[in-house]
Amino acid sequence: MHRVQARINGKDYEHEVEARLLLVHYIREKARLTGTHVGCDTGNCGACTILYNGKPVKSCMLLAVQANRAEITTVEGLAGNGLHPVQEAFLNRFAVQCGYCTPGMLLSASSLLESNAAPSEAEIREALEGNMCMCTGYQQIVDAIKYAAETMRASTGKSL
Amino acid sequence: MIPSKFEYFAPASLAEAVSLLSKYQEEAKPLAGGQSLISLLKLRLASLKYLVDLAGIAELNYIREEGAGPSGTISIGALTTYAQIKESKLLQSKCPLLPQTASVVGDVQVRNRGTLGGSLAHADPAGDMPAAILALKAELKAVGPQGERWIQADDFFLGMMETALSPDEILSEIRVPVLPDHKMIYRKAARRPSDFAMVGIALCLKARDDQTCEEISIGVTGVTDKPYRAEETEKRLRGKKLEPKIIEEAASAITEGVDVMENMHASQDFRSHLARVYVSRAIAAAGIRS
Repeated sequence: MHRVQARINGKDYEHEVEARLLLVHYIREKARLTGTHVGCDTGNCGACTILYNGKPVKSCMLLAVQANRAEITTVEGLAGNGLHPVQEAFLNRFAVQCGYCTPGMLLSASSLLESNAAPSEAEIREALEGNMCMCTGYQQIVDAIKYAAETMRASTGKSL
Repeated sequence: MIPSKFEYFAPASLAEAVSLLSKYQEEAKPLAGGQSLISLLKLRLASLKYLVDLAGIAELNYIREEGAGPSGTISIGALTTYAQIKESKLLQSKCPLLPQTASVVGDVQVRNRGTLGGSLAHADPAGDMPAAILALKAELKAVGPQGERWIQADDFFLGMMETALSPDEILSEIRVPVLPDHKMIYRKAARRPSDFAMVGIALCLKARDDQTCEEISIGVTGVTDKPYRAEETEKRLRGKKLEPKIIEEAASAITEGVDVMENMHASQDFRSHLARVYVSRAIAAAGIRS
């Protein structure tokens, strides 16, 4: 057994885990944060995407022991006082159908907008390459991210 | 999917990691970014008793220029991620083949975790980085219990997921030449952007103004059980004027002497066809009319 300490959404967690425990199961079953989904379990679908030290990674492709002392954001950590602008945009632009891929989509999108305030459609689609959606055909998701970028720029007063 | 049980070590230094590997030999494996190995463990296509996580070894993550001028080289630590390679200004200006290739590996999430050293040591027959490393004639540093040794890229890939590394050696550094007069291109055929290559062609080409090919090296991936240099194609182009007929004839030799793979993504014929077309396209993309 190995001791893992991780900071998830600003809160410290500490657990004894088996070396073979995947990070996604640690997050869901030990930290009891079930917003992070298990989709394909083979690293293809991106439903388990989290921010790991600030960058999107697939949490089914890491062991929990690797995440010792890591800083993690899951979908539960996106909202502050209100919903994150990307969450607002997904609601507003109907970017959710069954919703299974949504947590991963939200984290990939928020990470993109963090580093690129005005992404092109091609940049948005590239940022979503690792996130699969079987319902929407992606168009509403891309539109929502464009809309989120606009509202975020408007609220920070940046014009481009 | 859950891996079978193993023991996990997180050494803080390369020496400590090497001593663990030399103690456990074939029963142990080093873990870099894990974007291939963890999948194999989950699918139980691989099982091992001891996993040696290299992530805590800070001395394996860097990109730096060594020496200036035509004999200059760039050294890259084995744990440097695809994302770091893609974004490196130094590589973009002095060795654009690596950022170009790294930017089409997997997807954003994979590029944030996966490493250059991991890709090479794993030696997937359809990995992208091995083709680039071959075209660049890179040198690879292996560290083992007897010290370090350098391996030429041409001698590194031995077969399906098999390399010149022994079980107690760790690939620690990749050294690439700075080639300011070369055009560098990576072209990849895949079903979807984030997929493995059905065919990947990495090209380094130096041509004179009159389009005579002075130097050429071509790395090919996705075609057979290991990435390889397309020596016959190179031979047919070296010293020749890069004219459509000559390019076509040379491209037709791209799979010569190679046992072309067949799988659900592409038949032998289709894969051979793709290799011919993509090597011609790579040459065209290097600014050579064809």
